[in-house]
Amino acid sequence: MTAEATNIPAPKRRSLYQLDARTRRRNASETRFRAYGVAAIAFGMIALAVLLWSILGQGLSAFTQTRIAMDVTLDAAVLDKSGKRDPVELAKATTLAYGKILDQALVKQATDKGLMPEGLSAKDAAGILSKEAPAQLRRMVLDNPALIGTTVQIEALANGRIDGLLKGRVTMESAKLDSNVSPAQLVLAQNLKDAGLLAKSFNFDFITAPDASEVRPEAAGLGVAILGSLYMMMIVLVLALPIGVAASIYLEEFAAKNWFTDLIEVNIANLAAVPSIVYGILGLAVFINFAGMPQSSPLVGGLVLTLMTLPTIIIATRASLKAVPPSIKDAALGIGASKTQTVFHHVLPLAMPGIMTGTIIGMAHALGETAPLLLIGMVAFVRDYPAAPPEGFLDPAAALPVQVYNFTRRADPAFLERASGAIIVLLVFLALMNVAAILLRRKFERRW
Amino acid sequence: MSIGILTLIVIALAAGGFLLGRQIAVGKVAGDIRKLHSLPGYYGQTVFLFTAVPALLLMLGWLLVQPLLIHERVGAMIAPEDIASGSSASLVMSDVRRIADGLALIEAQGAAIPADAGTVREALGRVGVALGTDVKPSVYAAAKAYGAMSATGGKAMSVAVLVLALAGFGFAIARIRPAFRARNVSETFVRALLIGASSVAILTTLGIVLSLVFETVHFFKVYPFADFFFSLTWNPKFGGGSDLGIWPLIWGTLYISLIALLVAVPVGIFSAIYLAEYASKKVRAVVKPLLEVLAGIPTIVYGLFALITVGPALRDWFAQPLGLGSSSSSVMTAGVVMGIMLIPFVSSLSDDIVNAVPQSLRDGSYGIGATQSETIRQVILPAALPGIVGAVLLAASRAIGETMIVVMGAGAAAKMSLNPFDAMTTVTVKIVSQLTGDTEFNSPETLVAFALGLTLFVFTLGLNILALFIVRKYREQYE
Repeated sequence: MTAEATNIPAPKRRSLYQLDARTRRRNASETRFRAYGVAAIAFGMIALAVLLWSILGQGLSAFTQTRIAMDVTLDAAVLDKSGKRDPVELAKATTLAYGKILDQALVKQATDKGLMPEGLSAKDAAGILSKEAPAQLRRMVLDNPALIGTTVQIEALANGRIDGLLKGRVTMESAKLDSNVSPAQLVLAQNLKDAGLLAKSFNFDFITAPDASEVRPEAAGLGVAILGSLYMMMIVLVLALPIGVAASIYLEEFAAKNWFTDLIEVNIANLAAVPSIVYGILGLAVFINFAGMPQSSPLVGGLVLTLMTLPTIIIATRASLKAVPPSIKDAALGIGASKTQTVFHHVLPLAMPGIMTGTIIGMAHALGETAPLLLIGMVAFVRDYPAAPPEGFLDPAAALPVQVYNFTRRADPAFLERASGAIIVLLVFLALMNVAAILLRRKFERRW
Repeated sequence: MSIGILTLIVIALAAGGFLLGRQIAVGKVAGDIRKLHSLPGYYGQTVFLFTAVPALLLMLGWLLVQPLLIHERVGAMIAPEDIASGSSASLVMSDVRRIADGLALIEAQGAAIPADAGTVREALGRVGVALGTDVKPSVYAAAKAYGAMSATGGKAMSVAVLVLALAGFGFAIARIRPAFRARNVSETFVRALLIGASSVAILTTLGIVLSLVFETVHFFKVYPFADFFFSLTWNPKFGGGSDLGIWPLIWGTLYISLIALLVAVPVGIFSAIYLAEYASKKVRAVVKPLLEVLAGIPTIVYGLFALITVGPALRDWFAQPLGLGSSSSSVMTAGVVMGIMLIPFVSSLSDDIVNAVPQSLRDGSYGIGATQSETIRQVILPAALPGIVGAVLLAASRAIGETMIVVMGAGAAAKMSLNPFDAMTTVTVKIVSQLTGDTEFNSPETLVAFALGLTLFVFTLGLNILALFIVRKYREQYE
């Protein structure tokens, strides 16, 4: 017994300043744990940065477009054979005729200034113009027939490949393998650029023009898509806000605790978690197949997005109704207001900032939603602007996020630039909405 | 009369009713409103509500029901032999609708409506309505009937709505007496409207379930049940004879979701813990909103990110050097990008849960000498575990239902392989591709999308309910 007792080594005398192995291990594990946390956050931040950087890097160039400055003589003998400037007669001159005029003007200009590279035929030289350029010139002339017979200075849209040359997407090496553009054409473009005739400028058409066909990425714009998204947001606001607020008021202030209330509660909780594509199936089956509403119309899109946004708005509204202190209700009831008066005259106005914030955030969510819109036919190629509301709600339209998807499905790499550019437009809208929501909250939020 | 104008008329009538009702009420007591049961505005309000609400509801109901009735009647007029092979009744009906619209257009331009079916196509072409084929006589008759019925229906609706609005108007005006309990009546009315608004949630769920179930039943009538659930091949063909086994899709969905969760769960939980336990107020104020920006970015942006940045990068740096494939769309691409999307989802839910653990638990742990990380691992995480598991399940349900990232990042080939750099496909991708294709609506190739939708709905619903159940059952009750 005593022997054993003496066998126990006396505790080592050590300084508090000297850490033992166990403490060091524990401290190391503490440091490691913290490092994991920092690494996790760094991963998130880096992912965000790379995401934004890759979209901005790809997309910003969509806001500039290459154009070729030239003098075009609008020959009356070709464009207006009758000579009467009659709009009906003028409309008979097709884009083909305008195309020839443009081609000749370009070749003449290049030859006169000695910019034509050797061995490039006139037809190939004219190929650096966009196929959309004649249509634009035609529209210009039809709007203003007085131009016929004069020489106008215009800036014609250049082909997407030439645009790519200025943006670094197309090089001499890639042109050798490309059936759509030849190195000689690039030389001509380079010569024109050196002469100051071919340059990039701000591309307002990207925001206002409609979509363009597969072979003319340089002309594709977001006009119809922005308009379609705007129409849908109008419908969502008009439907989701009143219905959502009414439902929240009922559930928060009036509903008795019974099976019906529970049923509604369970439904709202589940709808908030239903995948968005299921709403698309609902829209297709109920609104289009059952009720016979027109495909790819903002009305159907707006209805689907409304149903999708409702749970978000209801949850936000209920939270802000709940935040109004009971003392205010008690005071109103105490001086003889009815329950309805209390809610509509006192609780609702005080909860309004929170409701607006929730609504804006819900709408921002709806604006970016793509999947359900694919199913209700919004992928269709739409070139015509929808009419003004309310008739326009039934016209086919595109939507901003769906337009992005459409761009990515086309073969020409120039459309990827357009897709990223469209995302920038979408993100700008979303950022504006979120900033508005934050400002509203800052300005009106009350702490009780 | 267009619906917009009709609505405006009804609302104008109701607004006039409000003013008139108020006026009458005040007039009945010769301006001494103390003798009224309610404030004068409530008398006006009853007139407004009784005029506008029933009329507008009738209009809404009419708009929903009329197309169905007409559809049924007109559908019966089309001779069965006029439905060409490879076509279907619904396609012919959409032709009927287009012809009817075109005829209305011709009429609006003041031209004569073609007498027989042979010249219809040409006449419609002149007003810009292009038809694929010549019009058969029975289809043309159906189109004319369709146009006539729609026109009559529209007129009848206008009349009915206006009559109902006027009736409500008269009824409410006639009821105004000083003793009339106008406030109680209008408050009851408003409450009924509030209940109606809340029922939209039930109707939506009902709509989702019914549309999915009906079309799925439809699908199983034309495609064998067992093949859908037990076949391991997915190979839709245009001409029929497709293999529509669901397993390759489920495999792709689960594989991608698994990778997404492998990214999102550790990153999300660690950042939530760091933000809740270690970060200074300043860091928190900067990092938390930035993480939430990730949550506010639409999924299409993540899809594009997968397509143009992550996909090519993974292919060039990992898949090709390792000899695992040369496709830029792959399970890995979609999984990683989806994981990034889910980080804020996991982190903000976990953040709330970690913050909800009471300070006394931490203090107790520190008091017996534990370090901060030991406290977190041995006290806080066990206490927060049910909530975190719930959050992960919710994230999983999100991942399974996600569409755009997989449409743009995962590829379209339905196969079951273990290689994460292979392109695979998911349930949502196939819903999109089957419903946006040009196949005929009643073919199994299209209808399968509804069966897939139902599967997806049941899956995500199950996960959500499970998450809720775990949170409820195992939540620690403090205080």
